[in-house]
Amino acid sequence: MSYLLSATCAVPAVGAVVTAALPAGTGEARRRTTKAVALGFSVATLGLAAAIAASFQPGGARYQLTESYSWIRSFGIDFSLGADGIGTVLALLTAVLVPLVMLAGWHDADPSAPEGTFESKRRTQGFFALILAVEAMVLVSFLATDVFVFYVFFEAMLIPMYFLIGGFGDRAGGPDSARQRSYAAVKFLLYNLLGGLVMLAAVIGLYVVASDQGLATFSLPALTDAISSGKLVIDPTAQRALFLGFFFAFAVKAPLWPLHTWLPKAMGESTAGTAVLITAVVDKVGTFAMLRFCLGLFPDASKTFAPAILVLSLIGIVYGALVAIGQKDIKRLVAYASISHFGFIIMGIFAMTSQGQSGATLYMVNHGISTAAWMLVAGFLISRRGSRLIADYGGVQKVAPVLAGTFLIGGLATLSLPGLAPFVSEFLVLVGTFTRYPVIGIIATFGIVLAALYSLMLYQRTMTGPVKASVTGMPDLKARELAVVAPLVALTVLLGVYPQPLTRMVDPAVNDTLSQIHRTDPAPAHPVAATTGGEQK
Amino acid sequence: MIATHALAAAGGNSPSIPAPHIEYGQLSPMLVVFGAALVGILAEAFLPRRLRAATQLGISLAGLVGGFVAVVVLAAQGHASTRAGLLAMGSVAIDGPALFLQGVILLTAVLAVLTYAEGRLEPRINGHRIDAFAAQAAAVPGGEQEREATREGLRTTEIYPLTLFAVGGMLLFPASNDLLTMFVALEVLSLPLYLMCAIARRRRLLSQEAAVKYFLLGAFASAFFLFGTALLYGYAGSLRLGEIADVVSGVAPVTPALAVTTQNDALLLIGLAMVSVGLLFKVGAVPFHSWTPDVYQGAPTPVTGFMAAATKTAAFGALLRLFYVAFPGIRWDWRPVMWGVAILTMVVGSILAVTQQDVKRLLAYSSIAHAGFILTGLIATDRRGVAAVLFYLLAYSFVTLGAFAVVTLVRDSKGEATHLSSWAGLGRRSPLLAAVFALFLLAFAGIPLTSGFTGKFAVFQAAAGGGAAPLVIVGVLSSAIAAFFYIRVIVLMFFSDPQPSGPAVAVPSALTATTIAFGVLVTLGLGLLPQYFLDLATKASIFIR
Repeated sequence: MSYLLSATCAVPAVGAVVTAALPAGTGEARRRTTKAVALGFSVATLGLAAAIAASFQPGGARYQLTESYSWIRSFGIDFSLGADGIGTVLALLTAVLVPLVMLAGWHDADPSAPEGTFESKRRTQGFFALILAVEAMVLVSFLATDVFVFYVFFEAMLIPMYFLIGGFGDRAGGPDSARQRSYAAVKFLLYNLLGGLVMLAAVIGLYVVASDQGLATFSLPALTDAISSGKLVIDPTAQRALFLGFFFAFAVKAPLWPLHTWLPKAMGESTAGTAVLITAVVDKVGTFAMLRFCLGLFPDASKTFAPAILVLSLIGIVYGALVAIGQKDIKRLVAYASISHFGFIIMGIFAMTSQGQSGATLYMVNHGISTAAWMLVAGFLISRRGSRLIADYGGVQKVAPVLAGTFLIGGLATLSLPGLAPFVSEFLVLVGTFTRYPVIGIIATFGIVLAALYSLMLYQRTMTGPVKASVTGMPDLKARELAVVAPLVALTVLLGVYPQPLTRMVDPAVNDTLSQIHRTDPAPAHPVAATTGGEQK
Repeated sequence: MIATHALAAAGGNSPSIPAPHIEYGQLSPMLVVFGAALVGILAEAFLPRRLRAATQLGISLAGLVGGFVAVVVLAAQGHASTRAGLLAMGSVAIDGPALFLQGVILLTAVLAVLTYAEGRLEPRINGHRIDAFAAQAAAVPGGEQEREATREGLRTTEIYPLTLFAVGGMLLFPASNDLLTMFVALEVLSLPLYLMCAIARRRRLLSQEAAVKYFLLGAFASAFFLFGTALLYGYAGSLRLGEIADVVSGVAPVTPALAVTTQNDALLLIGLAMVSVGLLFKVGAVPFHSWTPDVYQGAPTPVTGFMAAATKTAAFGALLRLFYVAFPGIRWDWRPVMWGVAILTMVVGSILAVTQQDVKRLLAYSSIAHAGFILTGLIATDRRGVAAVLFYLLAYSFVTLGAFAVVTLVRDSKGEATHLSSWAGLGRRSPLLAAVFALFLLAFAGIPLTSGFTGKFAVFQAAAGGGAAPLVIVGVLSSAIAAFFYIRVIVLMFFSDPQPSGPAVAVPSALTATTIAFGVLVTLGLGLLPQYFLDLATKASIFIR
């Protein structure tokens, strides 16, 4: 048994505790130590995650590097971890983004009040410890092969996230920004807690159904094997109810229209780094879980509800993009753009074709990277001027060309320009959807057009045109900021031209998922075979 | 002479009252505690005033810890499992659930007594340390006598023996195997509690009002219980829970004397309903909950913590025994009603808590909601249900004690600052205390990795397994509502600006600190590694008949 997975999850957890316990202090030196320690832990985590990816064998077993420890025997719960292609890729994404988020938010937790007041004593420790705590819990969620373990960490990550949103904002808010922030944090928590509690009922229901048939376990591989081999039969009504219980929680987290309303608020009020953590890392747990749990555990119900979910995701794609066009606030614009992108991801998952699901998984990664780049550069821009309003900017590209350039790349990635990473995944999702649901695929394509509109209009309104008075003298990206953006831009380009390393890892897991739900890709509809092709079963 | 002889002979032959056979060893937890209570009264009578507080604390701790050791020894000897049995002519049952709950009650009481003795929170008066209890309970509030007693630095040290008596009653309550013993235990635990509610040092009128309310409603509930007992006796011809069960299920031969009444289901059902009312009152289930907020708010906070944790544990123990031992045969009659009670309790508790503005009232409504969650486990009517309820009570007791201990520390010039608005910004003034309270609130809300989640999972799982899936759905929805008000307090503490004249956090002595630390430890321990205690609860989940 290898300890690689548990070490990967434990390092940030230990880091969180250590960082939180570092001596409080208001001096610059103390703060720098804290930040360096936290960053060190996150880089170590990245190293371990890279080791997982390196030792993962794409042709091997579905779950590799598995570990299992008895946790709560009374309920049949083992703390078991295992890496499959999808989980590994997303864990790697998390491990890559967290150090960058820390670097980007290097000064976000510096005392905003004058030195020596009670407010500032442990702010820095708290901020970085919370980020590490979120990372640890997200990693467990991606690597857990036990439904209960997944649930516990899926739910527990809300608490550090809540404090991150409510406790730390950018300095661009209005006079009542503290109130707005705590409102955003509460909204985030209540939405997700409700989702989580509904899922709790479904988790318990699943256990009861399974233990009635002699399978008193929460082990995901055991349950999915039993279900796909027909040993465990969940009657259709119960299966639909349980599916909805799980799916509701994931749809809140992802978020799927119409459960999305917490996201713009939370992303708008928190720091840019926290916003990236929400949209690029935490929300991915939702889409990831749809793929792994909803499809694996409830194949028939998934097929039943797929058309309805596809319609919702289609609405999300168009609605998110349209609302993004109308935004006045840069961060909220990015948030609505993300809602549109999550529509694509969910569409790819529930189209139930191999291209669709591979595309959706790649989409999770690419969206994470490109949105991180876009959002973090936007955060740098906002921190320079102290305003989130698009109208306060203009002509930035003449003053800060590097900032404007990277912002443009982020925007172009968001609109899926060929050659950049998101293009590959969006294309796969659309192809995968089209082969089974042509009409939905065609309508979704309009999402790309709208994406071009909101992302280019944002660039045009903030970066081009005459230099506004408020923008003159704005400094360009600093070395720290460049260090944040450069890897993201590099990855966006690299994965755009050479996505094979990712697809090689993801494809076997996707095919495995599809075989669990007894779905095969529709045969290519060439004229002769058109009548015999199409859906099987 | 002959006549006398004949009389004596007749006396010798006639059935005499047998000397009851008492198993002192197995009753020792209760005997130790009652003994300590008596010693406490003697100390109260004979010791000089200045020695009393410390001595009473010592006696109480010795009694409670001694009782706990006795419980552990009994459990180790197998009295919780293989050697479980009926004692004292069948009126007391010492078995797994009884010993488990006695252990929980005793531990809770130890920690509660520590908060009683806290003397650092109130400012000293003329050099005398004072505590949370009235200088002289009998003095009229605001009167000359009270002022004098306060000036002299008097303390109501009677609180310790009173607590010991209450604990003794609580130990007997879940162990009582006949209805009359159960009633006696109910009274023994209730009467001291009524008194203890009345002796807050600050806001004495509120405290006395709370006591009167609690007493009147409690007396009413006791009367219900007693009347129900009479009806059940009329039905079954016995007060023993096991014998009632035999009559209910038709195992026992119908004697001519009972031929009429055993056919009369009205006696059985009304009797059961009335007995249940008495017990549901004690656990604070809707619609018998209305005393809870007032009493929780008015009673001295250390007493509230004790009451909220230990009384609930004892009363649920009695409720479990009643339904699992005496009435499993008619579960199809009582289950629907208990469904209704559980649903009402969860929903009403959660919804009413949302509007509360006082921390103690908020915790009171939250305790009502939790009673509802525990009831879902009770309704499972199987072994898993019992184990889940036992575990939940263990988890809940320590969170509650810890939470109320924190409440005693947040103070302004008028004593404890329980109004929520004065808790604003507490997280910035004293981050550690606020973090601890937040942990307790998250445990109440049932967030994973805390004891509250494990408990909630256990009861909901038992309920779902026992065919009560709709209850689970109501349960999770009420949990969501409940989460809202717990989070509201967290928001207030961490994200609101402190009031300029807001309360300060008093630095407690090691006594209260121990209680809080223990609460934190148990909350995290039962959240992260609950296996040992779940096993314990499962092993302890068989009732002896």
